Amino acid sequence: MEYSKLKKILTISSFFLLIALIYFAPNFLNDYAIRILNLSAIYVILAVSLNLTNGFTGLFSLGHAGFMSIGAYTTALLLMTEKTKIMNFYMYDIWPPLQGITLHLIPSLLMGGTLAAIFAVVIGAPTLKLRGDYLAIATLGFGEIIRVIFTNSHSITNGALGLKGIPGVTNLWWNWGIAALVILIVKNILDSSYGFAFKAIRDDEIAAESMGINIFKYKLMSFVISAFFAGIGGGLLAVLLSTIDPIMFRFVFTYQFLMIVVIGGLGSLTGSVISGIFITIMMEVLRFVEQPMNLGPIAIPGIPGMRMVIYSLILLFVILFYQKGIMGTNEFSWKWIIKKIGLGKFIKKEAAEQ
Amino acid sequence: MLLKIENLNVHYGGIHALKGINLNVEKNKIITLIGANGAGKSSTLRAISGLVKSSGGSIIYKGEDITTVKTTEKVKKGITLVPEGRRVFANLTVYENLLLGAYLRNDKKEIESDIEYVYSLFPRLKERVWQHAGTLSGGEQQMLAIGRALMARPELIMMDEPSLGLAPLVVKDVFNIIQEIHKQGMTILLIEQNANAALNIADYGYVLETGKIVLEGPGKELAENEEVKKAYLGS
Repeated sequence: MEYSKLKKILTISSFFLLIALIYFAPNFLNDYAIRILNLSAIYVILAVSLNLTNGFTGLFSLGHAGFMSIGAYTTALLLMTEKTKIMNFYMYDIWPPLQGITLHLIPSLLMGGTLAAIFAVVIGAPTLKLRGDYLAIATLGFGEIIRVIFTNSHSITNGALGLKGIPGVTNLWWNWGIAALVILIVKNILDSSYGFAFKAIRDDEIAAESMGINIFKYKLMSFVISAFFAGIGGGLLAVLLSTIDPIMFRFVFTYQFLMIVVIGGLGSLTGSVISGIFITIMMEVLRFVEQPMNLGPIAIPGIPGMRMVIYSLILLFVILFYQKGIMGTNEFSWKWIIKKIGLGKFIKKEAAEQ
Repeated sequence: MLLKIENLNVHYGGIHALKGINLNVEKNKIITLIGANGAGKSSTLRAISGLVKSSGGSIIYKGEDITTVKTTEKVKKGITLVPEGRRVFANLTVYENLLLGAYLRNDKKEIESDIEYVYSLFPRLKERVWQHAGTLSGGEQQMLAIGRALMARPELIMMDEPSLGLAPLVVKDVFNIIQEIHKQGMTILLIEQNANAALNIADYGYVLETGKIVLEGPGKELAENEEVKKAYLGS
């Protein structure tokens, strides 16, 4: 069979298979499992957006949690009804113009993403001239600054009390639909000439500059696009959790996505998707280690935070034995799968060689 | 005169790396800059291509002052640098590396035909089109770096020590290629540690010492010069 034709059939059929999975999931999964599926979609969005800067453009940015919090707060404040807002702001009065606004999900998310992107321009313009570790430290600092500002601007964010009762208007369709859209957009960016420029900057800045690539422009572009999607991911997270507070967006939160990206492979979208789903599920599955255990003679009391020890071990294992993560810089391809299951001989030779 | 440099100065913080350099590059010539480590050879090229800012003097290209023009614009105007130490894009394929060389061009058909031209210059690259550039040997990477620079269709191609770290036989190949490119009508500004080989193919040469030009003259003459022989040719 012609390879390109086969590829099309496989892609379309797996697309419908995924739709069927989402459609039938509520029938055989309980609410808890559905919630994990929702969460993994959001984590995929956040990991993919982080990978755009850290994996594809070679900018080691640690300010992701800051951008997420901007998206989360914006989305939450725009979605909540006037009544819920008044209920939330009992210590300080809400900033009046904000009180009356209630928007639908899509405009709220877009607004959240846009604000995060604007903030990325403000942060990126001075910091993207820094390299390597310095950029990491500067972005880390800015992420923390955003959090401190949110803790102290009581009339907008309700300070440390956080926001409660964010309407849960999303479901599996929304989360996975937006995740698919984000993956598609990022993939298209990476396949375009912009993506080439990003990868060139990652591999060698000086050479990229000598080729006439405007380094600063493309770094900023990558940073801003990443922040935009981080904002959208943060917004979806706020809607799913229905409550947010500034403590949630500490810099530790960024590391969770950094871990997903590193385990999946810096510079592989497929890797981010696989490890985003895998890590999210693992985080829930591993909850049992935090419960009290009775191993015959030894009784272990429940230790909260034990999961983190296991993540650290996973991360150590990956860094020692899979330096490039699950996928390295490779992407998913049907050809690879067909070859792996031993049907390679059915593909025409010239297609297989490409 | 294609490129004319007058009284060029470069500072790195407190270090005065170039102390007023005058340099002329005529069209369709090979011009070489030789000198010891730290003499300011690379700084000269970096200043011309705009990777570092010059702190004084002027760079005139085709009668136009381009001293403060950005690198992107300079590449568009036809000045391309082959950076020191090859610097290929290691995680991209040979083909993608070549495409990136033509980043500022939009003429798809011409780009394809230029890629074929690069393959004809470097048949080894054609065998390795889909290979990651990082897996190539040193010599192949240097050829890719030159090929990539050619993809920008420059008028002036500047090479920063193309023979660095290559085996003698490969160095010979690289110099043959430089002459081959020159025959096609390209102007070349070449920096070399390998003074003998560089002066032999150069039409005109400059000797740099601690940021100043101390000697200049036609390549063959410089190669015969007693001082140059003593300092750089080891005899």
